[in-house]
Amino acid sequence: MRISTFFYTLWQGIRNIFRNKWFSLASIATIAACLFLFGLFYSILTNFQFMIKKAEQGVSVTVFFNEDIDESEIQEIQQQIMKRAEVSKVDYVSADDAWASFSKEYLGDYADGFPDNPLAESANLEIYLNDVSMQSALVTYLESIDGVRSVNKSEITADTLSGVNVLIGYVSAGIIIILLAVSIFLISNTVMIGISVRKEEIMIMKYIGATDFFVRAPFVIEGITIGIIGSLIPLAIIRILYGNVVVYISEKFTILSSLLQFVSIDTIFKTLLPMSIVMGVGIGFIGSYTTVRKHLRV
Amino acid sequence: MLRKKVKTQDTDDKNMIVLDHVSKSYSTGAPALNDVSIKIEKGEFVFVVGDSGSGKSTLIKLLLRELTSTEGDVFVNGCDVGRLRRRKIPKFRRNIGVVFQDFRLLKDRNVYENVAFAQRVIQVPTRDIKRNVPKVLSRVGLAGKYKAKPKQLSGGEQQRVALARALVNRPAILLADEPTGNLDPNNSWEIMKLLEEINQDGTTVIVVTHNREIVNAMEKRVITIKKGVIISDEEKGGYINED
Repeated sequence: MRISTFFYTLWQGIRNIFRNKWFSLASIATIAACLFLFGLFYSILTNFQFMIKKAEQGVSVTVFFNEDIDESEIQEIQQQIMKRAEVSKVDYVSADDAWASFSKEYLGDYADGFPDNPLAESANLEIYLNDVSMQSALVTYLESIDGVRSVNKSEITADTLSGVNVLIGYVSAGIIIILLAVSIFLISNTVMIGISVRKEEIMIMKYIGATDFFVRAPFVIEGITIGIIGSLIPLAIIRILYGNVVVYISEKFTILSSLLQFVSIDTIFKTLLPMSIVMGVGIGFIGSYTTVRKHLRV
Repeated sequence: MLRKKVKTQDTDDKNMIVLDHVSKSYSTGAPALNDVSIKIEKGEFVFVVGDSGSGKSTLIKLLLRELTSTEGDVFVNGCDVGRLRRRKIPKFRRNIGVVFQDFRLLKDRNVYENVAFAQRVIQVPTRDIKRNVPKVLSRVGLAGKYKAKPKQLSGGEQQRVALARALVNRPAILLADEPTGNLDPNNSWEIMKLLEEINQDGTTVIVVTHNREIVNAMEKRVITIKKGVIISDEEKGGYINED
């Protein structure tokens, strides 16, 4: 291809956007609307998952040991438990730590009345999990270790959290399918309008002896440009809205402040930005490519 | 083997267009063309006349390879059109300039851009386009209107732009499909004069028309088609009254 042809094609593609102002605006609006919904949903989903993860990490299993086990053995067991994939953190709480924490929380100054540590057999390991659904498997393992007296766990919290996780999975799949269907419907409608506008132009080009590539290239450039613009608009809106919404929710629901921990916008944008742009470009490319293809057989 | 023989026989230097027992049927109804054989030599000026539905449009579409024949062979400028591969069609069409009744100009581009477009399609360097377009525009008498948009021009002027676009690539053949169909008599004559000049420069010109006066006055070869069959083919012929 000649350089002049390349620039001509590029220029025609950009000019096409302005030539058909209303068509371009409709296409940009359609893509922007779809990608805005997508971005919105993605942000909500990411935050939900983040909160669930946080809650999961707060769920701990406590292991108590027989009297005859000394501290070094417990620490050895701690090392073994650390090696398991579902375990995120293991804290060793010695008998003295346990008493100090208990007395501080419940007894205050009255604690001085106890000359010995009443919780002498309470040395324990607090285990935090990455994945709450693995809790029962971990408990079975812990109970099988020699020297373990008892394992305390919170079955209900763990079950609820893994249940919520599964539910979010289904809901996300459902919403993604609905969003896809809506975008395809809207985009095919916009493309149909495009066809009637371009039909004659494509036919003239073909009669003159233009190759398929020459006919198609400006349209594809136009489509991709529209796609990029259509993806940047919702990204900008989400970027502005996000901070405000987070502040609003945090202020409105102060009771839930321990649970409501939000992902930073930068973290969300690390994935959302490239995904939205790729989707915008993809929609623009496929939309323009298929529209023109239908009319190339002249 | 037979096809090959026909090909060499019909693509000699003399003939520009050869239709060899060509028939074209659509899925419904009677055949649009029925066993049509035509030879048009290089540099000829030919009128193709006939009522609407006679098969004239089908003939044009076959020559442009918009359609392929159901039977028989079509040769244009030495090329077996029926066997042309799809991706070779654009290059093939660059040998044929086409002018339509409804002009078919790109409405959002000015006169210069409409003509230059034909050159861009075949990737002529910009500096050559800048030289060729004004030349061809002045030939059709529109040098002063190169900035105008099609809707600012009269029908006759629009047709001259279409003619300039068809000529700028110096095609071997010029196909004009009802070029005067939307024009008043004065403009019609202007266009016909231009076509004749183009023909005198060596381009083979084929004009499909209904215009009885023009056909009769110009005393060129006239091929008359009726219901898909050639009913007459005369040198210096006239418009046959079919009633």
